[in-house]
Amino acid sequence: MKREMTGAEMVLQALKDQGVEHVFGYPGGAVLPIYDEIIQQDAVRHVLVRHEQGAGHAAEGYARSTGKPGVVLVTSGPGATNMVTALADAMLDSIPMVCITGQVPTNLIGNDAFQECDTVGITRPCTKHNWLVRRVEDLPRILHEAFYVATTGRPGPVVIDIPKDVQFATGEYEGPRHVAHKSYRPRVKGDMDAIRRAVELLSRARRPIFYTGGGVINSGPAACQLLRELIELTGAPITSTLMGLGAFPASGKQWLGMLGMHGTYEANMAMHDCDVMINIGARFDDRITGRLDAFSPNSLKVHVDIDPSSINKTVTVDIPIVGDVAHVLEDMVRLWRTGSHQIDKAALDGWWSQIDGWRARNSLAYRPSEDIIMPQYAIQRLYEKTKGRETYVSTEVGQHQMWAAQFFGFEEPNHWLTSGGLGTMGYGLPAAIGAQVAHPEALCVDIAGDASILMNIQEMSTAVQFGLPVKIFILNNQYMGMVRQWQQLLHGNRLSHSYMESLPDFVKLAEAYGGHGIRVDKPADLDAALDEMIATPKPVIFDCRVANLTNCFPMIPSGKAHNEMLLPDEANDEAIANAISADGKALV
Amino acid sequence: MNAQNLNAPSAYFMAAVTETPESHTLSVLVDNEPGVLARVIGLFSGRGYNIDSLTVSETEHEKHLSRITIVTTGTPLVIEQIHHQLERLVPIHRVTNLTVEARGRNFEKPLERELALIKVAGVGEKRLEALRLADAFRATVIDATAEHFVFEITGRTNKVDQFISILKPLGLVEVSRSGVAALQRGPEGL
Repeated sequence: MKREMTGAEMVLQALKDQGVEHVFGYPGGAVLPIYDEIIQQDAVRHVLVRHEQGAGHAAEGYARSTGKPGVVLVTSGPGATNMVTALADAMLDSIPMVCITGQVPTNLIGNDAFQECDTVGITRPCTKHNWLVRRVEDLPRILHEAFYVATTGRPGPVVIDIPKDVQFATGEYEGPRHVAHKSYRPRVKGDMDAIRRAVELLSRARRPIFYTGGGVINSGPAACQLLRELIELTGAPITSTLMGLGAFPASGKQWLGMLGMHGTYEANMAMHDCDVMINIGARFDDRITGRLDAFSPNSLKVHVDIDPSSINKTVTVDIPIVGDVAHVLEDMVRLWRTGSHQIDKAALDGWWSQIDGWRARNSLAYRPSEDIIMPQYAIQRLYEKTKGRETYVSTEVGQHQMWAAQFFGFEEPNHWLTSGGLGTMGYGLPAAIGAQVAHPEALCVDIAGDASILMNIQEMSTAVQFGLPVKIFILNNQYMGMVRQWQQLLHGNRLSHSYMESLPDFVKLAEAYGGHGIRVDKPADLDAALDEMIATPKPVIFDCRVANLTNCFPMIPSGKAHNEMLLPDEANDEAIANAISADGKALV
Repeated sequence: MNAQNLNAPSAYFMAAVTETPESHTLSVLVDNEPGVLARVIGLFSGRGYNIDSLTVSETEHEKHLSRITIVTTGTPLVIEQIHHQLERLVPIHRVTNLTVEARGRNFEKPLERELALIKVAGVGEKRLEALRLADAFRATVIDATAEHFVFEITGRTNKVDQFISILKPLGLVEVSRSGVAALQRGPEGL
């Protein structure tokens, strides 16, 4: 089916053909032809943001909560450069995203024209791939190819840069076709021999552990189901990275909680002492491994990843399996069943009793207070109040993010939206908006900090305009809490510029935007206020005043190993001041 | 902590470096499209890999294919990373580590040649000496006046290096080198 149309029409037609229902964007001179098409149709709904970065994170939240690619449309120059943070964020967290940018007309490219920038040059290192479309004949193919590249293999962001004259030019449109890409062929099926060896290794394990990551969620609901099946079959403990929360239910008996720098004691100790580690869809990130030369020193390691470059990047493994998590798990479950494999019962019981000993250490404990709201308590109450509801939680970046990961129990995948790799403050509000667009009936909460929320607060206006009743739950301690925590750990408690002076009145701010504001500073008032927040059918900013100087524990201090955690009950001022050695201070 | 660790890309790489760096030659088959070389070079600079030599030219015009030959240095793990990171780039068809393949066939290295144009200026005995050396190195004279020669030499990198260093005291003016072109031995192609 070929039809004559303009480049701008092709963009809209391709979006429809790719099943896109929502686009997040902001108009400008170089995309006006596309915007002129948008207003003349109803199939693709456009959500107007207040800053292009907001569009990017909203698309990420949309993608993360649906499994579909997020789509953004912005103009040339500043429109494109404002997208860079969101692209880098999506790149590090493997979020499928298609970003269409306008560009100055082809005859002006390279002339320092108004609102010109080298978009493909600037976004090259922070996209999976990008295209500058110089001829309208290439546009349909590139549009479809962009969706294919963004969503297959290890997902990621792509940019299509379309000069204005190409948007006006007329050409033949062709719909998506299934043709093999000439050079890009991601591998989904794992090597059977390696999978067989992995299953055998696991069956002979005495102290096994599953360490799972965002790859399980990217692989889809089937992967999460298969993971749950395999965990039940083997009886082994499971922990997950920040990005992987929800793939396995937090209420599951075999769940050890998150691992890593602010993970639980039991998860990190089990990682350190295990004899067989099965990494599924995680990448041995530095927040996970801690000190590399002391990382799980006595284990044999299996690594399942769709991206061959993740294998042996930081940690060398014994059995690498390159493939899609769902495909590999399907083979593993089948082989486990048909081989009637079983992990030695006595050994596994011993391992579990060891883990229960670590669990009894209660590493997430904090001192409750009747006068001041403890931030951990606030998250716990939020979790209790939203249980049983369809709830999507996004976060900004900092202490509140780690507390949310520690205290909010995720039962299902795709309900936890956070900036893991890039650590982007300002991610949470637009991400919640993206999730709300995709799930209008659900409760979408951005757990925020008082510093982070101000980085994209303008998106309140978007939420109000589109009737998106997102809830912003600010743990307000008047500090950039995580920065302050590191200054206490590393820099002699000299709190250089981490105190948030002149914070706005968040209640009035909510009202100024046309939302609803709530402020609470007593634990006794928290529950009723949370009920009010949930019941309010419009955007809410909840200013939850929490204990100012609370720090986030447990913690693996920089340069330390998994078995050298700083636990909350040991973290007095002196321990904090001396937790990190001179070597560790150089670390990020 | 030694200096190497302080310069590591992530401060978490505190493990002692036990493997020694080696030189490898990679052959990369790519779509000849705008920006493809920038993707390859950006990958190397962005991830802190070395480029000792890089050559690129279209090799199959009808298929729009170019071949990039990269000589790089790194530990075996880093070389493996470079290989896989290159394969992630969408317009890349195939990455072959020619050094590893050559070793698999019991050769130290794949076939590698470099071309250099070398300008030498001088008169008298030095000039004659330069000409004699050129003869010994099988370099040819492609331009000359009474005061200068331009030599063309082809060979392995160390041969070209050696020729240039010998010419230094004999009035070496400037050098242009092509970088390494390399192929695998034997009848098969990439």
